[in-house]
Amino acid sequence: MKLENKVSFITGAARGIGKEIAVQFAKEGSDLAICDVNEEILAETKKEIELSTGRKVLTGKVDVTSAEEVGEFVKKILDNFNRLDILVNNAGITRDNLLMRMSESEWDSVLDVNLKGAFNCIKAVSRPMMKAKSGKIVNMASIIGIMGNAGQANYSASKGGLIALTKTAAKELGSRNININAIAPGFIQTDMTDKLGGDVKEKLLAHIPLGCMGTPEDVAKLALFLASDDAKYITGQVVKVDGGMVM
Amino acid sequence: MSEISEKVKGIVAEQLGVKAEEVKEDAKFIDDLGADSLDTVELVMALEEEFGAEIPDEDAEKMTTVGEAVKYIEEKAAK
Repeated sequence: MKLENKVSFITGAARGIGKEIAVQFAKEGSDLAICDVNEEILAETKKEIELSTGRKVLTGKVDVTSAEEVGEFVKKILDNFNRLDILVNNAGITRDNLLMRMSESEWDSVLDVNLKGAFNCIKAVSRPMMKAKSGKIVNMASIIGIMGNAGQANYSASKGGLIALTKTAAKELGSRNININAIAPGFIQTDMTDKLGGDVKEKLLAHIPLGCMGTPEDVAKLALFLASDDAKYITGQVVKVDGGMVM
Repeated sequence: MSEISEKVKGIVAEQLGVKAEEVKEDAKFIDDLGADSLDTVELVMALEEEFGAEIPDEDAEKMTTVGEAVKYIEEKAAK
């Protein structure tokens, strides 16, 4: 098993890509600390993972935009498991609108969750990871953060910012044996992309050499690799899982 | 040597991975003991933990030698 005896903290893990990462990590032997703002679905996810893998799963209703809530949850993780090896910054939202119509609150809420949320979590785990002189951090960016996308000024800026944050954190924490990488998923089948209209989907698919949408599992497998010791010499990188959409 | 001074020097030696005899009062963390900026942050965090005190950034910046750190903690403890 690739993550035996590890403890992984995954944000936004109730459903979608975050849930799939939690499942894959647990299958590989990791205990989990998962959080989400949706408590009900999170509780179901916890049950499901505990039943299927037998790993310990700590849950918390955590708003990642609050440094205080994140700090408290990280303390709880350390109290419960006495260690914290892996952080996956997965929590993310969209509030799509054309630039000229985008409200200040649409901009702020997306930047708060997707970018500040990741900063809060990295900051909170950096202390225990520095002490342990070991750690893996995986940030869920997006190909939209690399190529931009009409109607997603807030989302693209947040994901581009997350890529820059990944690189800075990799430089700051590299000497403490902490690897920080970003994943840039393309068009993945989740609730987030289900919201897209049929014509938008078709246009997107036309630009994907592999000709289909990706699955949360495709992304989770990469997260697993980056969180494992197989990736010990990889840091500050952005790896795309997009069927060849962006090259 | 006071108890605080002994503890501080122990933490410095451990955090920076240097021998106890190198940790002299006038030893500079960065120039003499080979600390980098991350080391100094970790050192301050370790001191905060040991003495249960909060050390503001502006105070931490002024602590450049072992002696200054000892003096700072002693003054904090006396309050």
